[in-house]
Amino acid sequence: MSRRWIILKRNLLNFWHAFRRNRMGLFGAFLVFSALFVAFFAPFLSPYQPNETIRDANGRGLTFAPPSVHPPLGTDDAGRDIWSQLVYGARISLAVGFLAGFIAMFIGSTLGILAGYFGSWIDNLLMRTTDILLVIPDLPLMLILVATLRRLELHISPIVILVLVIGLLYWTTTARLIRSQVLSLKERQFVARSRAIGAGYFHIIRKHIVPQILPLVVANTVLIISVAILIESGLAFLGLGDPTRPSWGTMLNFAFDRNAISNGAWWVYLPPGLAIVWVSLGCVLLGNVLEEMLNPRLTSHHLEGEALMVARRPIEPSTQEKP
Amino acid sequence: MDRRDFLLRKIVFALVTLAIVVTLNFFLFRVLPGDPIRAVIGRNIRISTETQAALRAQFGLDKPIFPDQFIDTLGQWARGNLGISWSLRQPVSDVLISKLGNTFLLLTLGQIFSIILGTALGLLAGWKRKTSVDVGALTFSLVAWAMPTFWLGIILLAAGSAWFGLPTGGIVSPENVGKPLYQVLPDLARHLVLPTLTLTILYLGEYMLIMRSSVLEVLSEDYILTAKAKGLSDWQVLRQHALKNAMLPLVTLIAINLGFTVSGAIYVETVFSYDGLGKLFQTALVKQDFPLLQGAFLLLAVTVIIANMIADILYLYLDPRVKTS
Repeated sequence: MSRRWIILKRNLLNFWHAFRRNRMGLFGAFLVFSALFVAFFAPFLSPYQPNETIRDANGRGLTFAPPSVHPPLGTDDAGRDIWSQLVYGARISLAVGFLAGFIAMFIGSTLGILAGYFGSWIDNLLMRTTDILLVIPDLPLMLILVATLRRLELHISPIVILVLVIGLLYWTTTARLIRSQVLSLKERQFVARSRAIGAGYFHIIRKHIVPQILPLVVANTVLIISVAILIESGLAFLGLGDPTRPSWGTMLNFAFDRNAISNGAWWVYLPPGLAIVWVSLGCVLLGNVLEEMLNPRLTSHHLEGEALMVARRPIEPSTQEKP
Repeated sequence: MDRRDFLLRKIVFALVTLAIVVTLNFFLFRVLPGDPIRAVIGRNIRISTETQAALRAQFGLDKPIFPDQFIDTLGQWARGNLGISWSLRQPVSDVLISKLGNTFLLLTLGQIFSIILGTALGLLAGWKRKTSVDVGALTFSLVAWAMPTFWLGIILLAAGSAWFGLPTGGIVSPENVGKPLYQVLPDLARHLVLPTLTLTILYLGEYMLIMRSSVLEVLSEDYILTAKAKGLSDWQVLRQHALKNAMLPLVTLIAINLGFTVSGAIYVETVFSYDGLGKLFQTALVKQDFPLLQGAFLLLAVTVIIANMIADILYLYLDPRVKTS
């Protein structure tokens, strides 16, 4: 096994030992992974098809049937099983959240690294762009973008439109965070040494900057995913989701438009909202704990990586003490 | 950088942002398929091609989009002419102005309640750090953050109407429409309870968190120690020394948060069928009424940008420590 692999394994183990003791983080991880599990095994967990109308013995649709054994969470206005919709909706909500989060993370960290490392006009451009994006009210901006893209008849799914619009607008906080980390990293000894022995910027970024900021990027991505899931639910509630493949937000849109509230059908509008809170709360808890745990490593843990690069390794403390 | 440079910089930034918003608004609209003239005359086929060409010339649509049409449109917007709403067949600016007051009322109420409650709770949480009050306040703000605004509205709507008999939507009951304000005031207040409550819960968390961290920061200052050493009571220290300085970040937060506030209005007005700008935005979205969408976006964006600029400038005068950015 290579030395790099051993270091990685030890770091992961160390991390796991610390993480295991953090109850908040474990709870967050449980919320997120249970939702992922449900989304992944949706066909095995749903007794009905999500768009299938359940009928009684006389062949009439069971509209607004309250929760019972069959169907477990009751039915909506069209007699469709809420639990099955919820399980399949997890796929859409989580997919949009994760994909949009990854896009935002990718754009944000790329721009953050470039701006932080190269400075000058790239940095200026990035900072001014984020300033401007922060001032423009985001929901109205997203609404007109999504409305225009849908109207353009580009033959792309409404879900893809949501992923793109959310991902392309929510990279600003990541970019700023990464930029400030890179700014301090590039002044550090091991980067200066690396530069002194003739390493190019691509090599330095790849070997020194990226591994150092990666944990922070992971933590930040988890936080962005929670934002993306909340935003998706809002846009879908306003009618911008895909009605043929309902996410949790779309379910709430249907519930609201088709009078679940005035019918007293709480089982139609409570579960999707609880599911959204479940996942977004999980992501926030997990993301915050990860950030808290991984951030200090940025200042103290770079020696591991450096040992691979620098030709003369520092003398071990044990050998140093011996006369 | 002195004060004048700072002001100039903020104003230039606001102008650049405005220019970007206006340009985006223009080109988003023009990228849409279909002829603007067709949209105005509807599906009336009897209008001859010559008349259509004449109309096109009259609206300047025969000229190139950039720069002729762009500059022309800018001039129109500057004069408050935002076009005609497709669904309502009224000038967009008239429609927007008629809804402005309602939204302003709702947002102001939500802001006032959340600022008062948020300041009080944040102060308490910061003062009683690491007690159950603090943990409770933090948990509340976390859960409120993770909750979609519209869903919170739906729950409050269902609970409020079922248990307290509160109205489910609108601004006044149908029988009270058109009556003078003083007569419908109790009815109006009843209609405002639930939307205001939703907005208050939505904004509360952030004000509380900012106030809490602000109090924690202020409490570690030397002058607080001095005040304590003088023998002032906890309450006196809090009120005379901590509160005033801890309030500072809150002032700018109100303006900086205006964008977030606007998002809240869109969700809450939709859920409570409240006849304001947010509900209008949602209706325009559903009906694909693009002139109305563009006009509403322009109004909201311009308001938020200007409010931000004012907040930046205000902060400069409120906090003497601010020198440069």
